[in-house]
Amino acid sequence: MSNNEILREFLQETHENLVLLDSDLITLESNPGDKSTLAQVFRTLHSVKGTAGFLGLVKLQTVAHSAESLLSRLRSGELHFNQPIATALLRVVDAIREMLASIEASGAEGSGDYTALIAEVDHLRETGGTQPPPSAPAAPERIVEPVLAATSAVPVVPPPSVAIESSAHTIAVIPTSGSGTSEMASGDASEVRSASIADANIRVDVDLLDKLMTLVGELVLSRNQILQYSDSNEDGGFLGAVQRLNLLTSELQASVMKTRMQPIGSVLNRFPRIVRDLAFACGKKVRYEMDGQETELDRTLIEAIRDPLVHMVRNAIDHGIESPQVRLARGKPEEGRLRMVAFHEGGKVIIEITDDGGGIDVARLREKALLSELVSPDVLTRMSHQELLRLVFLPGFSTADRVTQTSGRGVGMDVVRTNIEKIGGTVDIESTVGEGTTIRTKIPLTLAIIPALIVVCGGERYAIPQVSLLELVRLDPEQMVRGVERIHGAPVYRLRDRLLPLVFLDEQLEIESHDTSARDLNIVVLQAEDRPFGLVVDTICDTEEIVVKPLQKQIKGIAVLAGATIMGDGRVALVLDVLGLAERANVISRTKSRALSEHELPPQSSESVPEPLLLFASNAGGQMAIPLSLVARLEEFPHATIENLGSRQVVQYRGGILPLIDVSRELDQLPLRGSTAQLATIPEVPSQHDAGSIPVIVYAEGEQLVGLIVGKVLDIVHEQIAARSRANRPGVLFTAVVQERVTEFVDIPMLVRETMFDVLPSIT
Amino acid sequence: MSTNHQYCTFYLGEQCFGLDVLKVQEIVRYQTLTRVPLAHRVVRGLINLRGQIVTAIDLRRRLDLPDRDEACEPVNVVVQTDDGAVSLLVDEIGDVLEVPEQEFERPPETLTRSTRDLIQGVYKLPDRLLVILDPVRVVSLPER
Repeated sequence: MSNNEILREFLQETHENLVLLDSDLITLESNPGDKSTLAQVFRTLHSVKGTAGFLGLVKLQTVAHSAESLLSRLRSGELHFNQPIATALLRVVDAIREMLASIEASGAEGSGDYTALIAEVDHLRETGGTQPPPSAPAAPERIVEPVLAATSAVPVVPPPSVAIESSAHTIAVIPTSGSGTSEMASGDASEVRSASIADANIRVDVDLLDKLMTLVGELVLSRNQILQYSDSNEDGGFLGAVQRLNLLTSELQASVMKTRMQPIGSVLNRFPRIVRDLAFACGKKVRYEMDGQETELDRTLIEAIRDPLVHMVRNAIDHGIESPQVRLARGKPEEGRLRMVAFHEGGKVIIEITDDGGGIDVARLREKALLSELVSPDVLTRMSHQELLRLVFLPGFSTADRVTQTSGRGVGMDVVRTNIEKIGGTVDIESTVGEGTTIRTKIPLTLAIIPALIVVCGGERYAIPQVSLLELVRLDPEQMVRGVERIHGAPVYRLRDRLLPLVFLDEQLEIESHDTSARDLNIVVLQAEDRPFGLVVDTICDTEEIVVKPLQKQIKGIAVLAGATIMGDGRVALVLDVLGLAERANVISRTKSRALSEHELPPQSSESVPEPLLLFASNAGGQMAIPLSLVARLEEFPHATIENLGSRQVVQYRGGILPLIDVSRELDQLPLRGSTAQLATIPEVPSQHDAGSIPVIVYAEGEQLVGLIVGKVLDIVHEQIAARSRANRPGVLFTAVVQERVTEFVDIPMLVRETMFDVLPSIT
Repeated sequence: MSTNHQYCTFYLGEQCFGLDVLKVQEIVRYQTLTRVPLAHRVVRGLINLRGQIVTAIDLRRRLDLPDRDEACEPVNVVVQTDDGAVSLLVDEIGDVLEVPEQEFERPPETLTRSTRDLIQGVYKLPDRLLVILDPVRVVSLPER
């Protein structure tokens, strides 16, 4: 083994040891009497020092040595572990880390000056921090030296690994108990038992694992091809061999997949230190608890969740947990609790971060949202508690009143959500004012293999991740003529009485589809951010488990593509990005609203973000509009089914009674409401409906459905409302020109509240 | 010190081009391409190279040459890049040539700006000119 290799080995091992030191020191801080942890810290540091000496890293050795001297007095019981000591030792860990980074980059320990740190540690060794100096100073140097001499005499014991392909991103295949190598190096005879643990593991380069994974993927494809071929073959010997190949390949695949799994503890174990430092910086007391470190997930995912988790923990400490004084005043224990739990559930990994802090005040969220103009006021009034909480995930949204070093800059939770969604996960938040907040992150076990629906468009196959798939609809040519309607050119399909916007894949991808005029129409109903839309494709094939591979940079910028995969026949198929596709087709306007929030917002823009609008004609003939998001369903009721209930018209609908409001009539009468003028007459439904049916927009106010009688449903538009003017009557938000006609934007929630309270008090 | 360089050569029409042989991973015969909609026009599609998904760039389009006859099947020259292997579609493959250093010249100023960036220089061979391409620039496409 060359010097260089030894150095690399040392770096790798020491990095691991430092992580261990971090967590051990924190443990010691909360439990100063823990002899075995103290012994472990001593051993770890000692082995770092020993190896550094062997490699001629004098500076590193000196720093480690002074810390070791301090530890040896702690171990002998002459000093007691306390916070100043913990802080100093953690700084030593940081100093070593700094030197390691420098060694890694330049081969030398760097120009850092650690004399002050050494002096501080030495001072602590003499005084014991807050503790009175011990009366009988032993000679710590003498305790240490023989041990050191012993280590230096024995050449560094390299970890008993077989294949050593070291690089910065090497992982232990099965993570060791951590202390294995360091204990070996310290030469402590009582630690022999750990040798077997260390022997059972080897380090393997991650690139090699990735390559294995690729090859196994290819093997699986070849196996599938052979299986297909064997269907038409009757040679018994061949079939037997194929069967064995089949089983072996499956098992091999499962095993290789397993090598990529790592316990989540490798991330969680860093948090005691992070929490401690943050709590310290914020002047708060936080007790950190964790559970489920052994939960396994794919290592690429472990990498991907680290930063989001750190961010969420930061938020919890900075915003969530109150200062000790506030906590005491609120009757809570002085020390806040931060709990991080990981577990498997339904084929996913759940990570929950819970604090018992102040919780999120929904009223304040609403206020902030109004101020920041990220959400329009009328949308805000309709939001549920849960929806309001989710506002924290909006880009540019921050509830912090001030900007601190740790948080409050308004870039944060949206990045957390984006990063988690990027790996196919979801984030949700629960919070109760005064009791605390829980953030629940759900991520898939592995990115490597996902179920996908294969479709064909323009002669090419495309894979659609099944997570966004709602259902499949096939229309024969005859149904197509009736089923697909156009609203101002935009095709829609009535799927169980809800309008489903249709997006043609060939148009979106700008490819030529085969002539579909005489064929069935295949609609894949997908969901993008809670909004369903129908994707029209040429053919719907089967669902398959696919291995998603990233696209190279030459084609990375295409938002509608999420990656590529290799199909059973060995050819490449592209994987569609449903969100990107929905954005491109304007089904959702995420990028637009995001882009808006990044720039200065013009005064009116909070309301002018194009939201799909439902245009309708009132019975009086004028054009009116409401946001499509308010529309639960569009219905038509035969005139005969409408019944009178007191002064109210109702219709039996889905096993219940649907109260009806005639929009234009109620708007006319709204100014009279509250006055004594009684609405005596039951108005006739306008005569043009007598023969046929009445179009009704079904609106949901919470659980209660209300039917809005309109003259005619006209169109759905995605129009930027250019000119708008103040409303000239109550119940109307404003008027604007839509499709060259003056249109009244009806305040439906207000109208419903105003007109229904006397009949159905339960609504208010 | 005069060192000779080895180049993997290939043809686009009559013109002979060369790439540093150390950058060329392998030559693969034509494979059915999976088209990439909305991509840059020089990207002809994707191929499966032993489990690795490789982008195929049409070198004719990259160099602003007219498209090849549809009946001709191009050949994949697979080059190594920082981002994995990338295939360059060429008309026909030539030999690996070792050429003397002193025959090298910078590309003439008269070349159009966009192609000039892709060309490292020219070797004056006895019977023809060998145009040496910059393997990094050829595969990096302008931002869309």
